[in-house]
Amino acid sequence: MTPDQTPTPSQPFLRFHATKMLHTAQGPQLFDLNFELPQGQTLAIYGPSGAGKTTLLRILAGLTAADTGHIRLADETWLDTHRHIDLPTQRRSIGFVFQDFALFPNLTVRGNLEYALPTKNDTPIVDELLALMELEELQHRRPTLLSGGQQQRIAIARAIARRPRLLLLDEPLSALDDEMRHKLQDYLLKIQRHFRLTTLVVSHHLPEIFRLSTNVIHLEKGRIERQGPPSEVFADKPNITFTGTIIDLTPVKDAILVRIDFAGTIIQLTIPAANAATLQPGRPVTITSTLLNPELRG
Amino acid sequence: MIDWLPLWLSLKLAFITMIILLVIGIPLAWQLAYSRRRWTAIAEAIISLPMVLPPSVLGFYLLLAFSPAGSFGHLLDHLFNIRLVFTFPGLIVASLFYSLPFMVNPLLAGFKNLPPHLLEASRTLGKSSWTTLRRILLPNIRASLITGAILSFAHTIGEFGVVMMIGGSIPGQTRVASVAIYDEQQSGNYSLANHYAITLLALSFAILLVVYTVNRHFSQSKSIL
Repeated sequence: MTPDQTPTPSQPFLRFHATKMLHTAQGPQLFDLNFELPQGQTLAIYGPSGAGKTTLLRILAGLTAADTGHIRLADETWLDTHRHIDLPTQRRSIGFVFQDFALFPNLTVRGNLEYALPTKNDTPIVDELLALMELEELQHRRPTLLSGGQQQRIAIARAIARRPRLLLLDEPLSALDDEMRHKLQDYLLKIQRHFRLTTLVVSHHLPEIFRLSTNVIHLEKGRIERQGPPSEVFADKPNITFTGTIIDLTPVKDAILVRIDFAGTIIQLTIPAANAATLQPGRPVTITSTLLNPELRG
Repeated sequence: MIDWLPLWLSLKLAFITMIILLVIGIPLAWQLAYSRRRWTAIAEAIISLPMVLPPSVLGFYLLLAFSPAGSFGHLLDHLFNIRLVFTFPGLIVASLFYSLPFMVNPLLAGFKNLPPHLLEASRTLGKSSWTTLRRILLPNIRASLITGAILSFAHTIGEFGVVMMIGGSIPGQTRVASVAIYDEQQSGNYSLANHYAITLLALSFAILLVVYTVNRHFSQSKSIL
């Protein structure tokens, strides 16, 4: 065993580096990505179509070959082009949710989940997942006739049934309307907490990214444009900045309620107490809002 | 008096050919459907050749190949004591070539029409190619399997030129129904020839009826499902 194969606690759970020449509609483009992901976190992949979001998931899953690269998950090397290691998809512990669901039409809902089990005797998790995703009543139906939201829940449950170490979601909710999308985000959060999954999710729906992910990578033309928590990456996204005057600060439990006079309009914001240290009544304040996650600068 | 032996021989030949073609055709079509290599076009062209080639051409080259005077036929004869010219096993081998496209092409179309992510989804669930084929791919191309099996069966029953070249007309060995019709007609026994002919006609019609009924059933159930 070489020293780099010994995992140390400080090592990130997932380390990814890969390059690949992509042939896009706009001509050849180099995909070159390098990132790390701690265990139990959810990373959102954001960017325009053709930026390489799906390619990233497919290289991780071993469905698409990288030109060069190195992928490690905890103590396992999945890909190391220098040492000619390329673990086949079957041996990578992943759950992959495809954009088109890819449910097996010849199997029932339950059959789809049971197919995913590594051993036949693992049926308790199937029952658990059917209950968690509220699919019990549909379990003996064929998936083809079911609605988009139902099929999506089956696809997610199936991906988790084998207890993967890494969950990969390729725009899982893009085909759904807003209400269904919101409901499915609840299911996803529930299941992530339940199984403490490390997840990569491709999405270009900002509310979804803020809800589901702890970190986000903004891809642009095969490279990382920005990276960090959603609130930072999208800080200048709608970029609404205005100045006002603080009227007063009221402690509410461990948060502070701030009232601001903005050109005669009173705005109320609740912020963590720690962030209010520099704020004083009567002082001007700059408000930067992403519409989703406002923050104050005193 | 009608001799049922030629008809029985035709059915036996067609059945054995169909079973062997299923065994050969599934992996072949699967390889062709999922391989992106350049040789697949060449392979598909070779497999489909018997559809356009005069059967006598195929029969002629098989005769040359199988003849004990040739090197391949000589080898078979000496090493395994197998003779393929003017024998029933020879007819089977010839029928495999002759009916191969009727098995492979429907299967190929079936595989290619499957949603592309089914195979990949199964791989991400840790399943081997064999498990994927057996439990996901084949059950979802049932209609193609049935079509391929029936068409190759029917096509083998209808073969004439290849049999004439390589099998001749040995009663109980190579004198299949289509050859018997020709023989009886040559000897002026038109009524006997008609008996064979009308039986083959009815059989072929029944077989095609089954194919189209099956396809209708599957395409309808697909749209409902």
